[in-house]
Formats: sequence, C-alpha cells, structure tokens
Amino acid sequence: MNYTLDFLPVIDGLPSLLAACLGTLGLALGGMILAIIIGIGGVVLRDSGIRQVRWLVIAFVELIRNTPFLVQIYFIYFALPLAGIRLDPTPTAIIALGINGGAYAIEIIRGGVQSIGKGQIEAGLALGLHKTQVFRLIVLKPALRAIYPSLTSQFILLTLTTSVASAIAAYELTSVAQRIESDSFRSFEVYGAVTLFYLVMSWLLMRIFGLIQSRYLSYPVK
Amino acid sequence: MGLNEFLFLLAGLKWTLALSAIGFVGGGVAGLIVALARTSGIAPLERVAAGYIGLFQGTPLLMQLFVVYYGLALVGLKLDAWVAVAIGFTLHASAYLGEIWRGSIEAVPRGQTEAAKALSLNYVSRMKDVILPQAIRISLPATIGFLVQLIKGTSLAAIVGFTELARAGSIVSNQIFQPLLVFGVVGALYFAMCWPLSLYGAWLERRLATATR
Repeated sequence: MNYTLDFLPVIDGLPSLLAACLGTLGLALGGMILAIIIGIGGVVLRDSGIRQVRWLVIAFVELIRNTPFLVQIYFIYFALPLAGIRLDPTPTAIIALGINGGAYAIEIIRGGVQSIGKGQIEAGLALGLHKTQVFRLIVLKPALRAIYPSLTSQFILLTLTTSVASAIAAYELTSVAQRIESDSFRSFEVYGAVTLFYLVMSWLLMRIFGLIQSRYLSYPVK
Repeated sequence: MGLNEFLFLLAGLKWTLALSAIGFVGGGVAGLIVALARTSGIAPLERVAAGYIGLFQGTPLLMQLFVVYYGLALVGLKLDAWVAVAIGFTLHASAYLGEIWRGSIEAVPRGQTEAAKALSLNYVSRMKDVILPQAIRISLPATIGFLVQLIKGTSLAAIVGFTELARAGSIVSNQIFQPLLVFGVVGALYFAMCWPLSLYGAWLERRLATATR
C-alpha cells in the first residue's frame, strides 16, 4: 500500500462542508414538519369512517413503505414538472422526504392514539373533567409520550436519508462532498470525514431529543 | 417501453435480489457475532459492539457504501464494484441485525439463563439450546422488517455505479424519455418484492403478540 492519505481537500472544504450540514438539517427539518402534517392528516382521514378514504390512506402507507426512497425521489422529481410545478431540487427533496416520512408518521401517530384506552377518557369525563382537560391531560400528553421516541428516531433516520437527495443534486452534505471529491479525487478522505460529520449530527440530535424527553415528557417521580 | 427494456429491468432485478441475499446472509452471520458480543457480559467487548452498531446506525448507508468502495480500492484491493458493494451491505446489515438480535436475546426472560446455569450448561450450550431458539422466535418480525429495509437499501448501490434495479431504471429512462412509466414500473417491482414480506412480518408480529399475551 503506497497511498498516502491527504486530508487537505477536506480542510480546505471545511467551511462549505459545515454550511452543507445546515442544508442537511434544513432538509430533514422541512421534511419532518411536512411528515408530521401528513401523519396527523393521514390518521384523521384513516379514522374518518369513510371506507374508500381509509383504504386510500392504507394504500399510501404500504406503497411508500415498500418502495425505495431513491425511486420515490426520482418519481417525484420527474412527476412534478408534468403537473406543471417547476421546483428546484431542494424543495423537491423536502417534498419527497415529507411524503416518505409521512407514511411512517401515520403509523407512529396512529399507534400513539391507539395506546390511549377508551376507559381512560371515560374515567376522566366521569371525574367531571372538561372535554378540553380530558384531551390535554389524558389524551395529548400520554400520546406524545408514547410517540416521542419513535418520532424522534424517525427524524434521525430522515436526517440520514437526506444523503440520498444528492441523487437529484439537492443542497446538502453529500452533494457538497461529491463536488469536493470530484475536484480533488480524494474520495476516501472526503467521504470518511463526511461520514463522521453525519455521526456527530445524529449523536447530537439523539442527545438533544433525550434531554427534551427527560425534561418535559418523563413521568413525574413520586 | 418495449420488451427489451423490460428484460433489462429484470436483469437489474436479478442483481437486486442477489445483493439482498448476500447482505442478508453475510450480515446474518456477522450480526450474530455482534449480538453475542453485545450481550456477552464482558464490558470491553460489549462496548466495542455498541460502538460498531452506533457507527452504522448513525451514518447514512450511502456514505457507508462510498467509504467501503473507495476504502478497499485505497488498500490496493482491485475489486469489482459488486464485491465492494456486497461487503458494504454485509457490514451494514450485521450492525442492524446485531442490534435487533441483541434486543431479542435480552427479551428472553432472565430465569431461562439462570435455570440453564443452574443445570451447569456451558455458554455454548446455553445459547444454542436455550436462549437463541427463543430469541429467534421473538426477533422474526423485526428481522423480516429489516430485510425489507435491506432490499430497498440496495437501490443505493445505483449511486456507486452498480447496475441493479434502480440504476437499470435510470438507464432505461434516459434511453426512452419516459421517466414516469419507467420509475413506476421499477417502483412496482420493488413493491412486489417487499410487500409480501411486510405482510408476513406483520402477521408474525400479531401471532407473537397473541402467543405471549
């Protein structure tokens, strides 16, 4: 092995790589907000009582969860212009991430809502709590507690999935890394360093989510 | 899209299946080692296994493929793209399966280990005859869930230049300028592979839930 590692291109590219981390987090955040909107809407539609709508939501969830994100993002990338919508790669990527995450969010939120027993709501009403009190104290917080871990790990997964958006040249860490790599040919050094960037990002997110959970969502000890 | 294009997609599909099988089998063998190390009770070994799992679960699969792909070339191993990609998927799968199986091993009630120890069974026999048979049952739904993830994940080999189903789709799409049709068909092919597995996994999960209730 007579290859010498050279991290100079990585060091030179550090400012643009760090800026691209924000691009990655932006994609993930935008995608997650859209995913939660789709998730809540999907659960409401699924339980709407209209059978056709219910099946449509189920079909959406199954379709998205059983096809690769790469194929989805290509499909959306090529389908939007046909629908007369011309978007840059980055908004397109957010839409694709939102649709992908949305299918998972529907399942997660539905599980959280189901975890609240009917008897608990009835008990709350029987105790003379107001309807909004029942919702706030008996439904919302326990449901949030139940879905929080899955929803936050879904968010971290979504952050890692953003790297696939480089396939349509959205602005994020991987596509910037690819540009530096094609300028310098230092493939291993660039991708190795960028892998560490992702590791730090997901570790930080995990810590932050964990702190929020223990601060606001843990059961009061007593 | 004519017959020739469709056959080209099917040839890509064959590589998707091969890659998934290699990743799953290779990852299964290595994943068992990871899971056993993670539950060994030997602190340094557990920490190394936890680090290994954390590394693969905390970074994008695409980056893992890039690093393995260029890393192997750098060590002077002149390998075909598909060998590098197969190694990448094996490493990736071993971390995820290792974590799934760790959970399953820990889900087997402690009394089982204690009883096996009381019967003076050694580690190998304890694992092979008492713990793992029960853990495998518990792990099946999640293992199948991961297999679906792995099949979908093989599409990323396309970005490294490996011609499996997704890349075959890109090539055909560039030839005949009908991206929606082509990616629709490609998506349908993935769906046909993954959906039955998902349904099977969900069925197993329900059955397991009733069995342990």
